[in-house]
Amino acid sequence: MASNLNLKLKIWRQPSTNAKGTFQDIDANNIPETASFLEMLDIVNQRIMDGGGDPVAFDHDCREGICGTCSMVINGIPHGPRRGTTACQLHMRLFKSGDTIWIEPFRAKAFPVIKDLAVDRSAFDRIMVAGGFISVRTGSAQDANALPISKDDADSAMDAAECIGCGACVATCKNASAMLFVSAKAGQLNSLPQGQPEKHRRVLGMVQAMDKSGFGNCTNQYECEAACPKGISVRWIAKLNRDYALATVHESLLAPAKGKGGGAA
Amino acid sequence: MSLEAHIPSGPLSQKWSNHKQDSKLINPANKRKYTVIVVGSGLAGSSAAATLSELGYNVKCFCFQDSPRRAHSIAAQGGINAAKNYQNDGDSTYRLFYDTIKGGDFRAREANVYRLAEVSANIIDQCVAQGVPLAREYGGLLANRSFGGAQVSRTFYARGQTGQQLLLGAYSALSKEIARGGVQMFSRTEMLDLVLVDGQAKGIVVRDLVTGKISSHAGDTVLLCTGGYGNVFYLSTNAKGCNTTAIWRAHRKGALFANPCYTQIHPTCIPVSGDYQSKLTLMSESLRNDGRVWVPKKKDDCGKPPAQIPEDARDYYLERKYPSYGNLAPRDISSRSAKEACDEGRGVGPGGLGVYLDFADAILRYGHDQAADKNISEPELRKLGKAVVAEKYGNLFDMYECITGENGYEQPMRIYPAVHYTMGGLWVDYNLMSNVPGLHVLGEANFSDHGANRLGASALMQGLADGYFVIPTTIANYLASQKPGSVKTDHPAFKEAEAQINGRTKKFIDIKGNRTVDSYHRELGLLMWNECGMARSREGLQKAIDRLPALREDFWNNVRVPGSGADFNQELEKAGRVADFLEFGELMCLDALQREESCGGHFRVEHQYTKEDEAAKRGQAGEALRDDTNYSYVAAWEFTGDVSKPTLHKEPLTYEEVHLAVRSYV
Repeated sequence: MASNLNLKLKIWRQPSTNAKGTFQDIDANNIPETASFLEMLDIVNQRIMDGGGDPVAFDHDCREGICGTCSMVINGIPHGPRRGTTACQLHMRLFKSGDTIWIEPFRAKAFPVIKDLAVDRSAFDRIMVAGGFISVRTGSAQDANALPISKDDADSAMDAAECIGCGACVATCKNASAMLFVSAKAGQLNSLPQGQPEKHRRVLGMVQAMDKSGFGNCTNQYECEAACPKGISVRWIAKLNRDYALATVHESLLAPAKGKGGGAA
Repeated sequence: MSLEAHIPSGPLSQKWSNHKQDSKLINPANKRKYTVIVVGSGLAGSSAAATLSELGYNVKCFCFQDSPRRAHSIAAQGGINAAKNYQNDGDSTYRLFYDTIKGGDFRAREANVYRLAEVSANIIDQCVAQGVPLAREYGGLLANRSFGGAQVSRTFYARGQTGQQLLLGAYSALSKEIARGGVQMFSRTEMLDLVLVDGQAKGIVVRDLVTGKISSHAGDTVLLCTGGYGNVFYLSTNAKGCNTTAIWRAHRKGALFANPCYTQIHPTCIPVSGDYQSKLTLMSESLRNDGRVWVPKKKDDCGKPPAQIPEDARDYYLERKYPSYGNLAPRDISSRSAKEACDEGRGVGPGGLGVYLDFADAILRYGHDQAADKNISEPELRKLGKAVVAEKYGNLFDMYECITGENGYEQPMRIYPAVHYTMGGLWVDYNLMSNVPGLHVLGEANFSDHGANRLGASALMQGLADGYFVIPTTIANYLASQKPGSVKTDHPAFKEAEAQINGRTKKFIDIKGNRTVDSYHRELGLLMWNECGMARSREGLQKAIDRLPALREDFWNNVRVPGSGADFNQELEKAGRVADFLEFGELMCLDALQREESCGGHFRVEHQYTKEDEAAKRGQAGEALRDDTNYSYVAAWEFTGDVSKPTLHKEPLTYEEVHLAVRSYV
């Protein structure tokens, strides 16, 4: 039979981006262990509002682990203690009555806090705009089977494509590096024949946008892979480093005057 | 009001070609002078915004999510249909068309559905060219799987996350155009009203969800690509943010709402576990290929662990009622049967709202298939069988365990139907333009292609067809008649709309009542689910229609929205959406009430085949009984100023090619 939990929450409260934040102690009693983590927060918010207070702001949407909206650090780990799981798919039965749970926003210079647990991850969109695409106009494509792609290459590209863009890799990294995200995004397209013509432009553009957004450098600690809810492998980072080296050489020797920085002029 | 659908003349298979020939064109040098406002960034919105920008239009795209990539198209699992006939199994444009129109129980517009089937093949080409990693065979060519409602393999897929991959493809196209400067993207920005100037859609009023700032955007045309209204039920498989506000606001400004009662309820979802439940999760219905659905025969057994209920005390009701289709009965029938069993008090699990989906027999059967030694022990057989089941459905069993904490291999899973998709939406003509000139509606937000029931793997197809291939051609038919940039945001209509929004925000904040927004949303959802859900009756619908005005009044007097309108305020966002759902719910019930027939996802208990009909071979007892003589029309509702008294307009559905038939699964 399902039982209920009594928990002590320490939740980060920050009214706005530039305001000072602090941990608030909240007793969360009588939480059904069958509830999801976000449903536990719903219950807590309901009680806060019933008492006339301001509910905890947090981002969430699909609540089935695919949209990548939910973004919180639970007991020091982005998305919480269960591997390969987003916060929305985490369930309370993983916790014990009496537990203290620390809940914080994803912390990174490039992800400013909007309010409480909600952060601004638009830097990821800017990286994508700087080259995360194949320039193909609608209607100009050839028949889909005209270009056979080996199953290995397609599956490998799919491994990278599973990234849901949540930013847990950044949040867990001591340098707040976005290398796992950028490498998965560039790697997917760079692995495919369709992605070859723009490969160098793409890599240079995306890396440049990443640096400009204030993400840190990668020092190969691999926390990112451990925190990734989709298990994206750090081998993509190795590939991005190789692709970046090639692109740099290509830029300096073969195409010095053009091609820098992806689509935007 | 006459509803002119502007269906092109000529034979069905040539209508779209003819229409493209006859459509107006706009000179490339002039395109950039036109501003197109796109609301929503899912498959329909992103693909439309990207493609229109490629053509040279100046595009502004809006989404309430923090990134366009997070729109709910992302959650689609199964796949996307296309009439490629790569499998050489007899598929064709006509077959995809026919399957879709039959699946929709002959309540969709023939010409639109044919065009959908026609452009389906181009979608796959486009997505592959963008680098969408669709599944492939060892030879390097694309793989297909089969899906419900079709006898050919025409579904393309990307593991269990086809929606995410297709959306990321469209988002990459969008990013490319943002980089080029053709699209201006506004994330975390919610449309709160449509602005009409001289009766034409010329802009929107939006709220910046971070700063709370209300602002106006003027354009030469507005595209609503804002998805469905399934969250009127509170609990659904939709994302929490999915809402009807954009199309409801447009409806209130004059756009007709078509077939709002058509909703799809999916049979294999994880049941509700408590009153804190916030959403429902779907598991692929492929599970019904091997799982057996049952409930206890006697109410008294419902509380017992399933293992203690002997075989002869179990009711495999789908196998009993539909011996030839058994557990593979169509979605609507399976869903209704589960509801009946639970209504009889024979449901299992918390609250009695669940039925068992049991793999014990499948595990043994596969074990026998695998066992070389026919005398091996039962535990050994189970082990062998479990491995086979795990290979086929392992990810679904894992998901089930993650959510329920129960092991589906050791004990039967519990499932229950959940709201999944809405076929109704704003009325549009063949050009995807609503009756309000300049207002176009794409994807799930319009009503056009799925009739009364949508087939699996067709939602992704429609969203992308509308955005990549239909609107880029048809939009010029409207724009060519417009002087570009004729309306600016200094027009009084914008100021008036902004003032109204600001007033509404202030009203929400000032009520300072006793109930939270969610508590109203839950109450509305439960009412809609009980009276306008899987099975609807005249009595129940009337009950809901009587209750809703009072619930609305209570909401507007007693809701509590904390904080202010001038910052990031998620409760305020929800309040606006729920206020609109509270109005929309009544229209849905009114539509369900006037449609005195059953068709597809709309099941009226008064209209079903009886045992006598079955004996006379007219149709299977308990099946939806359509009334083609009186109800073969699109019900398009006009807002009159009084939510409870909309005016019904009818667009008759005429079929030039197909013959209406009973949708039989005997």
